[in-house]
Amino acid sequence: MSMELLQELNPGFVMILAGFLSFLIRPAILRAFVTIGGPLLALILLRLYSDFSVDHGVISLMGIEMVTYRVDSLSFIFVLAFGIAAVLNSIYSLHIDDPLQEGCGLIYAGAAVAAAAAGDLLTIFIFWELTAISSVFLIWRSGTKAAYKAGMRYLAIQILSGVLLLFGATFYLQNHGDLHVRAISLQENGAWLIFIALGIKAAFPFLHNWLQDSYPKATPTGAVVLSAFTTKLAVYAFARLFPGEDILIYIGAAMTIFPVFFAVIENDLRKVLAYSLNNQVGFMICAIGMADLSTEYGRYALNGAAAHAFAHIMYKGLLFMTMGAVLYRTGTAKASELGGLYRTMPLTALFCLIGGASISAFPLFSGFIAKSMTMSAAAHEGYIIVWCMLLFASAGVLEHSGIKIPYFAFFSHDSGKRPKEAPFNMLLAMGCAAFICVAVGVPGLGGTRWLYSLLPYAESAQEYLDHSLWTTDHVITQLQLLVLAIFAFILLKRIGLYPPEKPGTILDVDWIYRKPGFGIASWANNVWARMGPALGEGMSSLFGVFQRRLTFAFSPEGQMSRGALAGVSAIWTAIILGLVLIVSILSAI
Amino acid sequence: MTMLADLVIAPTVLAMHAPVLLVIAPLLVGAATVLAPSGRFAWYMAVATSAFCLWMGISLAMEVSQNGVVSYHMGGWAPPRGIEFRIDALNSLAVVIISFMGLMSAIYAQPAVEREIRIEKRPMFYTAYQTCLAGLLGIVLTGDAFNLFVFLEISSIATYVLVALGAGRDRRALTASFNYLILGTIGATFFVIGVGFLYAATGTLNMADMARIMEADSLHHSRVVQAGFGFIVVGLGLKAAMFPLHQWLPPAYAHAPSFVTVFLSSTATKAAFYALARFMFSVFDPTFSFLEPVFLYVLAPLAAIAMLACSFQAVFQTDVRRILAYSSVAQVGYMLLGLATGTAAGLTAGMFHMANHALMKGALFMAVGAAALNASVWKVSHFNGAAARAPLTFTGLAVAGFSLMGVPLTAGFLSKWKLLEATLAEGWWWAAVVIGISSFLALFYVGRIMQAAFFAKAEEGAPEIKEAPFVVLLPLWLLAGLNIVFGLNPSLPLGMAEAGARAVLGVDLNISGGAQ
Repeated sequence: MSMELLQELNPGFVMILAGFLSFLIRPAILRAFVTIGGPLLALILLRLYSDFSVDHGVISLMGIEMVTYRVDSLSFIFVLAFGIAAVLNSIYSLHIDDPLQEGCGLIYAGAAVAAAAAGDLLTIFIFWELTAISSVFLIWRSGTKAAYKAGMRYLAIQILSGVLLLFGATFYLQNHGDLHVRAISLQENGAWLIFIALGIKAAFPFLHNWLQDSYPKATPTGAVVLSAFTTKLAVYAFARLFPGEDILIYIGAAMTIFPVFFAVIENDLRKVLAYSLNNQVGFMICAIGMADLSTEYGRYALNGAAAHAFAHIMYKGLLFMTMGAVLYRTGTAKASELGGLYRTMPLTALFCLIGGASISAFPLFSGFIAKSMTMSAAAHEGYIIVWCMLLFASAGVLEHSGIKIPYFAFFSHDSGKRPKEAPFNMLLAMGCAAFICVAVGVPGLGGTRWLYSLLPYAESAQEYLDHSLWTTDHVITQLQLLVLAIFAFILLKRIGLYPPEKPGTILDVDWIYRKPGFGIASWANNVWARMGPALGEGMSSLFGVFQRRLTFAFSPEGQMSRGALAGVSAIWTAIILGLVLIVSILSAI
Repeated sequence: MTMLADLVIAPTVLAMHAPVLLVIAPLLVGAATVLAPSGRFAWYMAVATSAFCLWMGISLAMEVSQNGVVSYHMGGWAPPRGIEFRIDALNSLAVVIISFMGLMSAIYAQPAVEREIRIEKRPMFYTAYQTCLAGLLGIVLTGDAFNLFVFLEISSIATYVLVALGAGRDRRALTASFNYLILGTIGATFFVIGVGFLYAATGTLNMADMARIMEADSLHHSRVVQAGFGFIVVGLGLKAAMFPLHQWLPPAYAHAPSFVTVFLSSTATKAAFYALARFMFSVFDPTFSFLEPVFLYVLAPLAAIAMLACSFQAVFQTDVRRILAYSSVAQVGYMLLGLATGTAAGLTAGMFHMANHALMKGALFMAVGAAALNASVWKVSHFNGAAARAPLTFTGLAVAGFSLMGVPLTAGFLSKWKLLEATLAEGWWWAAVVIGISSFLALFYVGRIMQAAFFAKAEEGAPEIKEAPFVVLLPLWLLAGLNIVFGLNPSLPLGMAEAGARAVLGVDLNISGGAQ
């Protein structure tokens, strides 16, 4: 095969092909070669044969030019992260021996890669929909009725997102004359359609329910796979299409805050992770909103979003992997039924702690080097309220992901469960992810420099690394936040004020920082806790009425079907004839 | 390519008379089929006739693409006195679709007919089919307005018979057929009244001649012409299942024999739709002052309502064939929306969608009929778990279903895209919204069938669905495959649709940068 041909080939196609191939291969060993080799091959293709900002694989469909492969400094890091995640996921899924899950997971990952490495909206749309269709099987495969229903809801909303994107794309075509991706403004015709389509995938507030609804119901491995791609693809699309769009700052900030309240009162640890996923995506969206690329801090913000996405894919995958391992070994992921597992699952516990430390942005872990760019941008651009919200959310992340997850699963009161350590392949995948989390975080290993060199604005990133990242007050500030939060947690634990079901630490962390925040947070907490179910009921009764009306009108017994008699139809012919005649005669006057 | 061309181009003697042979062959062989000794022999004759028609149709289409208009003078009498078969790029697409779908459904027919039609009626059944085919081909071939009415009646009467023969399986076919008979007759009557008005105004029945005289004498101010237009639109609209004149269609499709549903859904409304397009764009001129308001205030809203209301109605049906039937009415809405823009882009989108819809709906009805070959299956819940027992049948159904939803890389996606382009070019953003909602609803009604077949567990004592025989799978998969092929490279149907629009509107289209 010549190099020119390899250059034309979107690496996502290789993964999708490998996914379809793995459906057909029965022996698990052989299939492993395909499922791990496919994404590896894709990464090699990406590394060796990609030249930046050049259109490849251009095909023309009905006169519309489709650029099926084009990477630049923005998409490269996303494609890379997706590819690495796909390799790890394949390793993690080796033990299940289920061609459907492995194949669908790989097609899903491949679709995400293909979309991120595409140069026009129509190609993105095609793979946008493919991510939806291929991933729903990971939810359905749980086999429960709840999972089936959640999968249907998930599919419907994801397809809706695709349909909106397509409509937006038709307007885009009218506005620009082609579909090549470029930064656009919300004032453009139809840009809102694209914005909402992306917002659904990114799980914006009030468009987010599909995520918490479906991810925790997926199979143990399925949740790991799902956590990596859909929302980050949307983050990429936002960074590509709407960088520096002000409204994103506030949407992102709101996104970081609201899941905190849900996460602290949630008992299902995988659902806690789903909420924290939302919170993390909020950081990225907020950063994209601040990414006014003409300013130095705007470029920091975009770098922050990209670095955060990379780091997040690794540590969130790691956390979902550890919870998947717990679920696989014990059959539950409920905080109230777990505890004390470190005795028999020490490695999993260690990896979980690393994931927790990373997501909480401890210095020396990947979260720190990613998130601090966003925080710096917020502080320097003068978004003080936003900065405070992000800070509050950081404390929240530490509470519900950094402490709550490892603590209730592996430490806490002894549940009496003595499961075996996770299978070797799971440990291997978790180990690799944990390695990446540490390697890019520890200064002096070169990992940080490597990651920063891949960011969209590598020079700004290097400068930030050399001058701002490891300054004393920066590290101290972060440590203060973290140490105080941990101190609060330990204190409350000692005096018995931290029951698993009740939110505590987050409010106290907040209290330590800003006394008045406590009252607001506690009030908001109560409101959320009570309004959640009430809102749900209200919505379902509203939709119930709507559905009854529809049934009344359109069902086989409904009003619309009654006129199926010759007499009624004959009258209709007369009416339509009259209409046509009146209109044509009136218009001819 | 040249080898292929050599193969499909008919010998000169046949090619010279291809237009008339397309009608005469099914009519004569159809009559002879009554004498066939057995149902199977009659089937051979029907397949042979259909294959011959497809051969002639393709050869004719190639001639048209090379030489422009083909005009055939019936009995040597020159138009406008004599009857003329006049084929340009617009009808060559329709001829190819109808003869191709005729052959596909004829191949498919045998097992279904053996199950559903009583043995002594089978030869006559195939006679009715061939008569219907002759009528439909006549509609799309003729250049004479009154002759078109005659062919409309030939096809319709044969259709009533075909639908009524479903009574062996389902007694409701009789009322459905009667209902269709009444409404179809009203439609044909309206049409012939309209033609009468035009004849009164222009003094000719030849369609090209009518167009010329209306243009030359600027007759578009004439009330007579306007009244004629109204009657023709309603008459043909009824035949094409234009909302709200579609009410004959769902019961007829749901209770007719499986083969008849396949055949009618992919040809009958298509022929009427072609005739509608021909009258609106070729006989009348879309620049006539009274046409545009009718397009904007009557056709476009009706099309939009059809796309929404009938999609909703499809969502709530329990009978699979009714789901697909309501979906057909909604799809006719898509095509009409294309026409209603009154532009070349819209006409192209409408004709392109017409071709694609024939492919997808034909395949869907085939799969549903195939499932019913071994058991009495008609409800969605009867399909539970069927894909495991009949994987090939249901994968074919899924492919066509994806096309109907408009999933990318299928033909259905491209025609919806073309339609979006055409409506947005007119600034009809509301139409784009309607297309979106309707596509979203299609996800539900098609998704329900697929979900039952692929994911639901079969109930106890549910009817036993088996894999369909080869003669059923062959056309089913050909159609499903074409949905994918045209989704990847639409140059053939899209090129023909564009050529058709160019032929009737006489403009050079540069709407898609041309076919590859």
